[in-house]
Amino acid sequence: MIKLSEISRTFQVGDEPVHALVDINEEIRQGEHVAIMGPSGSGKSTLLNILGCLDKPSTGSYHLDDREVAELDEAALTMVRRHQIGFVFQFFHLVHRLSAAENVELPMIFAGQPRAERRGRVAKALDAVGLSHRADHLPDQLSGGERQRVALARATVMEPEILLADEPTGNLDSASGRVVLDLLDRMNDEGLTLIVVTHDPKVAHRADRILVLVDGRIERRVAGDQISEILAMLADEDET
Amino acid sequence: MTLADLLRFSLKGLTGHGLRTALSLLGVVIGVAAVLILTALGEGARRYVIDQFASLGTNLLIVVPGKTETTGTVGAGGVPNDLTLQDAEALVRAIPEIQRVAPLTMGTEQVAFGERRRQVAILGTTYDYMLARQIEVARGSFLPDEEMHRGSPVAVVGPKLAREVFAGEDPVGQIVRVGGWRMRVVGVLAWQGVKMGVDFDDLAMVPVSTAMQIFNRTSLFRILIQSSSHADIDMLRDKSRRLLTERHGEEDITVISQDALLTTFSGILGALTLALGAIAAISLTVAGIGIMNVMLVSVSERTREVGLLKALGVGRRQILSVFLTEAALLSTFGGLIGLVVGWLAIGALVRIYPAFPAAAPNWAVAAALAVAIAVGVTFGLLPARRASRLDPVVALAGR
Repeated sequence: MIKLSEISRTFQVGDEPVHALVDINEEIRQGEHVAIMGPSGSGKSTLLNILGCLDKPSTGSYHLDDREVAELDEAALTMVRRHQIGFVFQFFHLVHRLSAAENVELPMIFAGQPRAERRGRVAKALDAVGLSHRADHLPDQLSGGERQRVALARATVMEPEILLADEPTGNLDSASGRVVLDLLDRMNDEGLTLIVVTHDPKVAHRADRILVLVDGRIERRVAGDQISEILAMLADEDET
Repeated sequence: MTLADLLRFSLKGLTGHGLRTALSLLGVVIGVAAVLILTALGEGARRYVIDQFASLGTNLLIVVPGKTETTGTVGAGGVPNDLTLQDAEALVRAIPEIQRVAPLTMGTEQVAFGERRRQVAILGTTYDYMLARQIEVARGSFLPDEEMHRGSPVAVVGPKLAREVFAGEDPVGQIVRVGGWRMRVVGVLAWQGVKMGVDFDDLAMVPVSTAMQIFNRTSLFRILIQSSSHADIDMLRDKSRRLLTERHGEEDITVISQDALLTTFSGILGALTLALGAIAAISLTVAGIGIMNVMLVSVSERTREVGLLKALGVGRRQILSVFLTEAALLSTFGGLIGLVVGWLAIGALVRIYPAFPAAAPNWAVAAALAVAIAVGVTFGLLPARRASRLDPVVALAGR
C-alpha cells in the first residue's frame, strides 16, 4: 500500500530551482497496475525514483505499508529496496561480466542468502521468464527481449511487493516487448503491485489506471481502457 | 553477504578487465620483487664481507703503527715510532697467552725467472702467518718455521705468478730473482683469490727479514696476533698495547680486533640493506598509486553498476567492501607474484655468481608483502568510498 501526500521534489540547477514534482497526492493499493504517462521532463522518472526509495521528496510524506519513508535512514532504505521493491530499466542494466543466472543471483548474494538456496531460486526465477536454457549465457549473447526478461527475473527473485518499470519496452521490438508485457501482467495477476512509466499507449492501456503527469503535477487520472481520452492531450503536449 | 561471496564477486570484477588488472598487478609485482632483490643484494654484501673475515682467520688482533685519535696540539703527536721485528719478538716472549705472532711487511718488486719478469706484491712474513690466516699451499711447502730475524733466501709464489713466470715448468726448487736477490722457490699457494684487497694468487711471500732486506726497511707494516681463545682477545689487546707503549715510550700504535671490524662492517651493511629496502618500498608506493588509478577508472566505468547495486538493495558498506576487496586482491596477488619473481631473480643471480651469497632476509619478505597489501587497501579506500557514496539516481543514469 503506497500513500503519497503532497509530495514535491525540487532540484537546484545553477541558481534556478526546478520543480520536478509538485503536490502529488496518490494512493496505490497492493496488487494494482498503474501506468505513469506524460511528456519528457514531466517528472515521471523522478516520481518512480521516489517510489523506489532511490530519491527522497523535498517535502511531503510517502507512506509505504504504514511506514514513513522520509524518516528512514540510509540503511533502512537499503532494506526497503532489497526486500520490498524490484526495478526494471529501459536499458536492462545487466552486469556484463556475469551470466544470466549470476545476474539473477546478484540481489540474493548481497542479501546474504545461502548458496544452495540461491541456486534453487535462480532456477525458479529464470523458469518463470522462460529462460532456463539461457542461464549460462552472458548478456552480450542474449537478445534485447531476453535481457529484459533476465532483468525481470532479477527484479522479482527477492519476491518484492512492488515492481517499478521505467520504459520496460522502450528498447525492444514489438514482439519481444509483448512477451515482456505479458510476463509483467502475469506477475501483477499474482499480486505484485506494478508501476510502469511509459510513453507507449499500448503499454499503458494494460494498466488499471493511468496517471498523466504534466510539469510535475498529476493532470489526469483515467482507467486503462479509456486511454483514448488522453491520447490527444499527450500528443498536444509533445508538440509544445 | 559471506566472505566467500564477496571474494568471488570482487574477483569477477577484476577478471572482467584483464589488461587493466594485469597492468596494475605488474606495478605491485615489480615493487615487491624490487624490495626482495635489493635487500638480497645488501644482505649478500653483508654475508660476503663476513665470509671474507672468516676466511682471514679467527681470534685475531692487528697491530697498526700510529694512534688513531685526535690530538689537541698541532704537531705534538709527531711521527710514530716504527713497529719493528723486535716488537714482535717481545710480544711472543712477554705474553704467554699469545698463541702466535706474525709480523708483516709489504712492497712491490719484480720477480724474474729467465727472461720472464713480473712486477708483483711481495709479502714478508713468517711460518705462523700461514696458520693464522689459514693459507693453503698447493705444492711444496710454506715458508720455513724459523726465527723471525733469520731470513732464508726462499720464496712461496701465488699460483697466477707461477703460471705466468714459470710458463708450465714446476716452480718448486727453481731459483728466481726478486729484485736483486736470488731466492729458491719452496712452494706454490693454492688458488684463493682476493682477500681484503690483496690478490693472493699473484704475489710472492718471503721470510720477513728477507723482505726487509729487499726493501731496505726496518719497519713492519702490521703485526698479527692470534689468541688461542676468543675470551682472551680483550685481555690480549690491553697487554699488547701496554707492552708496545712501554717499549716505544708513548702510545703510538693501535690494536684492532678483527671482531670489532666485523661488527662495524656488519652494522654498516645492515643499514645499507635497510636503505635499499626503503628505496624499493618507494616503488611499492608508486604501485599503490597505480592501484588507486585503476580503481578510480574502474569506479567511474562501473558507475551504472554501482547504481544498479544500490537499486537492488546493496548497502554502502557492501559497495565499499566490494571495491576495497578488489584493491586488496590486486595488491595481494601482485605481492605474491612479486615474491615468486624476486626469488627467481635472486636464484638466477646466485647461480651466476655463486661466490656472492645473495638472499632476501625474512624481514624483507614479510615487510614487502605487508606493505604491498597495506598500500593496496589504503589507496583503494578513496575510490571505494567514492563508489559507495554515489547517488543511485545519478549513477543509474551513468552521469
